[in-house]
Amino acid sequence: MTTADIKEAILDILEGITPDDDLSNLKDDVPFREQLELDSMDFLDIVMELRKRYRVQIPEDDYIELRSMQSTVAYLEPLMKNLQKA
Amino acid sequence: MVAGPPDSHRIVITGIGLTAPNGDTLRAFRDSLLDCRSGVTPYEIRYVGSTLAGVCRFDELKYQKKKDLRRGTRAGSVGVYCAHEAIADSGIDWGNVDKAQVGIYVGVTEHGNVETENEIYELKGFDYDTKFWSHHHNPRTVANNPAGEISLNLGVTGPHYTIGAACAAGNAGLIQGVQMLRLGEVDLALCGGVSESIHTFGIFASFKSQGALASHADPTKASRPFDVNRNGIVVAEGGCMYTLERYSDARARGAKIYGEIVGYHLNSDASDFVLPNPDRQAECMQKALKRAKLNPEDVDIVSTHATGTASGDAQECIALRRVFESSPRTLFNNAKSYIGHAMGAAGALELAGNLLAFEDHVCHPTINVDELDPECALPGLVANQPREMSRTTTILNNSFGMLGINSVLIVKKV
Repeated sequence: MTTADIKEAILDILEGITPDDDLSNLKDDVPFREQLELDSMDFLDIVMELRKRYRVQIPEDDYIELRSMQSTVAYLEPLMKNLQKA
Repeated sequence: MVAGPPDSHRIVITGIGLTAPNGDTLRAFRDSLLDCRSGVTPYEIRYVGSTLAGVCRFDELKYQKKKDLRRGTRAGSVGVYCAHEAIADSGIDWGNVDKAQVGIYVGVTEHGNVETENEIYELKGFDYDTKFWSHHHNPRTVANNPAGEISLNLGVTGPHYTIGAACAAGNAGLIQGVQMLRLGEVDLALCGGVSESIHTFGIFASFKSQGALASHADPTKASRPFDVNRNGIVVAEGGCMYTLERYSDARARGAKIYGEIVGYHLNSDASDFVLPNPDRQAECMQKALKRAKLNPEDVDIVSTHATGTASGDAQECIALRRVFESSPRTLFNNAKSYIGHAMGAAGALELAGNLLAFEDHVCHPTINVDELDPECALPGLVANQPREMSRTTTILNNSFGMLGINSVLIVKKV
């Protein structure tokens, strides 16, 4: 998967988690929580969806890497670069 | 004249919010009952396949966001919708209500089956590896979930919990509200019952295995209590929540009052897992009448529990004959014949369907009685057509459940 593919995958997951939010203006370098109504259960949803869709395991200590689109994509690139787009 | 209880111990109904398979407001539900309009439709559910059910079509997004629906349960959504509608109907100044003095008491037949079945179905796709089991499972399946979702949505900080009482739960939720108001624990009770049961295949499959799942070529005729050709239960979803207040408070704010809960009783058969016990049912009605200081002949309408099973309807009729043999004027009806069995919501919905008789003085019928079972031939049974009454001041509502739990509620016009 390319960087763009990973970003698209994250957006697709976020659309399911926050169906009331408009994600079209989401800023990559601003924390998700400052732009969306996300709580800890929502972040666990991101982790779970990555596990279900791509079999990517994220250790609890690394959850902090999911704070923004930029940090999430940077964290996932080495884990997902050899995967096929879902 | 015997002095009644003080106004602070008299508990009245001031608001009703509901969703039923044939109506999403009290007015619409009442009109369907008077027009003999069924809400039973064809229905598909995993593993069981084609069957019948009472399906609600209320606007889920009226009081919740899409995210709330995703996070919560169907029972929670039903409860949130009904609670909002009840508060709006009550006319209470909700913005200025002390939310710490509000109690939420929701009757449920079961809770958690829907989410557990869904999770196991999902998990099958991951070879039953539990690391794919959702973190939402526990908050969705805790027994207080439907009441808790109402609390979260409305910002109620008083007590909230569900009352598990099988199919007697709707009445049990109301009884809990009455008791907590009398104890002074709360000043406003949001209470009643909810059902999401059509979303669990297990309840259909279990009734089918028991030989108690209704079937009929015409879905609207499948639920047919008292008819000789009845063949079981139609499972339904639904909900009905009430606002209950002390009469003194309701009168002080000039509230509209649907009626006063003057009597109730709960008891147990202690005799069988599923078979009803007419001795205990009769005793339950008699004790509710005694608490209300009423005689059987004071009761205008009895809303029967009858679910359309061969044994259950006949057994209830034994109990009804015993209690009301001295009262040929008392009429009997049934709402399950229209909507199926709304489980935890049944008692609360069926009472609501009758309350407007205090205004229009009409007893809605039980429908689908094409050939009356002689065992169910109660003299006052109102079958297939509404019956006008000279006056309606007292309604007795039966609601019974598995494991032998019986509940009776008596409401009087104020």
